[in-house]
Amino acid sequence: MLEIYTAALINGLLIGGVYALVALGLTLIYGVLHIVNFAHGSLLMVAMFAAWVLAEKAGVSPYAALPVVACGMFAVGWALYRYVIGRVSRGEDRAILLATLGVSVVLDNLFLAIFGGDTRQIEGDLTFAMWEVGPLLLAVPKVIAFGVSLVLAGGLWAFMARTDMGRAIRAVAKEPEGARLMGIRPERVFALAYGIGIGCLGAAGCLLLPSFFVSPHVGSVFVLVAFTIVVLGGMGSFPGAVVGGLLIGVTESLGGLVLGESLGPIGISLVFIAVLLLRPTGLFGAAR
Amino acid sequence: MKWVLVGGVAAVPFVLPSQSMVNIAMLTAFSAFLGQCWNIAGGFGGLTSFGHAVFFGSGAYTGAILQTRYGVNPWVGLPAAFLVGGLVGAGIGAASFRAGLRGSYFALVTLAFAEVFRVLSNSLEFTQGGLGIAIPLKVSAWNFQFADRRATYAVVLVLLAVASGVAVWLTKGRMGARLAAVRENEDAAAALGVDIVRTKTWALALSGGLAAMGGVVYGQTYLYIDPSIGFGTERSVEMLLVAMIGGAGTVWGPVLGAVVLHVVADVSRAFIATPGFAPMVYGVVLLVIIAVLPQGLAGVWAQVRGTPGGARDA
Repeated sequence: MLEIYTAALINGLLIGGVYALVALGLTLIYGVLHIVNFAHGSLLMVAMFAAWVLAEKAGVSPYAALPVVACGMFAVGWALYRYVIGRVSRGEDRAILLATLGVSVVLDNLFLAIFGGDTRQIEGDLTFAMWEVGPLLLAVPKVIAFGVSLVLAGGLWAFMARTDMGRAIRAVAKEPEGARLMGIRPERVFALAYGIGIGCLGAAGCLLLPSFFVSPHVGSVFVLVAFTIVVLGGMGSFPGAVVGGLLIGVTESLGGLVLGESLGPIGISLVFIAVLLLRPTGLFGAAR
Repeated sequence: MKWVLVGGVAAVPFVLPSQSMVNIAMLTAFSAFLGQCWNIAGGFGGLTSFGHAVFFGSGAYTGAILQTRYGVNPWVGLPAAFLVGGLVGAGIGAASFRAGLRGSYFALVTLAFAEVFRVLSNSLEFTQGGLGIAIPLKVSAWNFQFADRRATYAVVLVLLAVASGVAVWLTKGRMGARLAAVRENEDAAAALGVDIVRTKTWALALSGGLAAMGGVVYGQTYLYIDPSIGFGTERSVEMLLVAMIGGAGTVWGPVLGAVVLHVVADVSRAFIATPGFAPMVYGVVLLVIIAVLPQGLAGVWAQVRGTPGGARDA
């Protein structure tokens, strides 16, 4: 009995690592641009399809494809902000929200039109590979995903904390006008930050693919998960996104075990509602 | 004069020769009705909801469960759904607005509520889980099932007229003035003595009650509902799109939006029939509208006539 729970707990933590990476992108975009990126789930879906196409049509392993897909998604995000979201929304909260919703409707249906509604998975030895650790069986792709996600999260933190570019991004996040006076162009930084946030999704898509299926609707599954993590951790907080990701991974895994397959997913939505209603600043967030 | 014209256009489907053309008219009016329901909260109140399906689904399940479990006449389902939808709206509204959620946060919390309802209806025995509820076929006017689509169209038109009547009232009455004050500037409205939480909760409850009646009509027309038909995101997004494209916060916006949506759907389907293509075009239309016509299509009309119209962004 205890072993089942331990296995579920560890499984949840492993998945939570990738969730943290997805949420880091979202929290970065929120923290810098102060926009709620509703297209986040759909862009993750795009990344997963990119990894799937590379794996199935070109035979590239998702791990080898990771740098390529991450850079590609960075470019997609940068262009999307520069040419669509930034232009369409004119900086109004509701317009930005609706613009990112519009982008997600377009992407979901574009991929439905191209790939059809079937769920797809990559076929390979990797998908079912297991590591035996004591009494526990750990899925190899999940362990790899967890490790790589945390390394990338650390890298992102170092980039934000130590480099001039990271400082510029943080400056714009705090004081766009002050940053402008210092010679930073906020519009460029916005596009850059949006690109980095989406680039995280490129990496996450590659890490998720070996253990998850992909379909054009998969974005709507992840979008609520990502928002729950970000709200739980505190909008804009990096440590919050990592801790929130792990907590939500565990919540999902234990929820599925305790409540069953069909009722299990309710845990995430309930956590989300409860945090928003009771403690909207989240665990690590400063007062808004 | 205007009303004669509108009445004339709305009456055309009654003399159309084919049922499939009547069906298109019925679906358009149905979208316009649901868009108008969204508009009451989202347009006039500035409460951008991403989860209005929660009301539609609650209504659909109320009608179906009353009928299949308790043998209640489906017409009774309409007022019952109005009550249930109103209560759900009041509950979500009271909880969210008391906590001070607005803008994007409110949008996300409505989405989460719709998801909670979807998961619950997918797991509970009472709602027959993922199997959904089939409503037994028994065609008669008494049983709210019509062989002729024109009858369904007539029912939907009446609902659309009711919802639009509410919208007109909001542009004229005291309640509407309070709601507009809250939408434009909450602090100023509070300073003038408007109870913000109450006003917004009331708008969401009214909007939800009306949308729930749409769920009953859906059930009686297609005789089957399941968790994703009832509470799926697509329904929420369609309601929002119709109102936003046509013009949120205007009486005619949702009607215009629904006509545009269905014309776009049918025309694009005629060229490229792949599933997904038509909704993708709506998404593009939405982006274009936000970029160039933030007041929606109805806003253009108001500008042409030189009258101030449409809601400014909250």
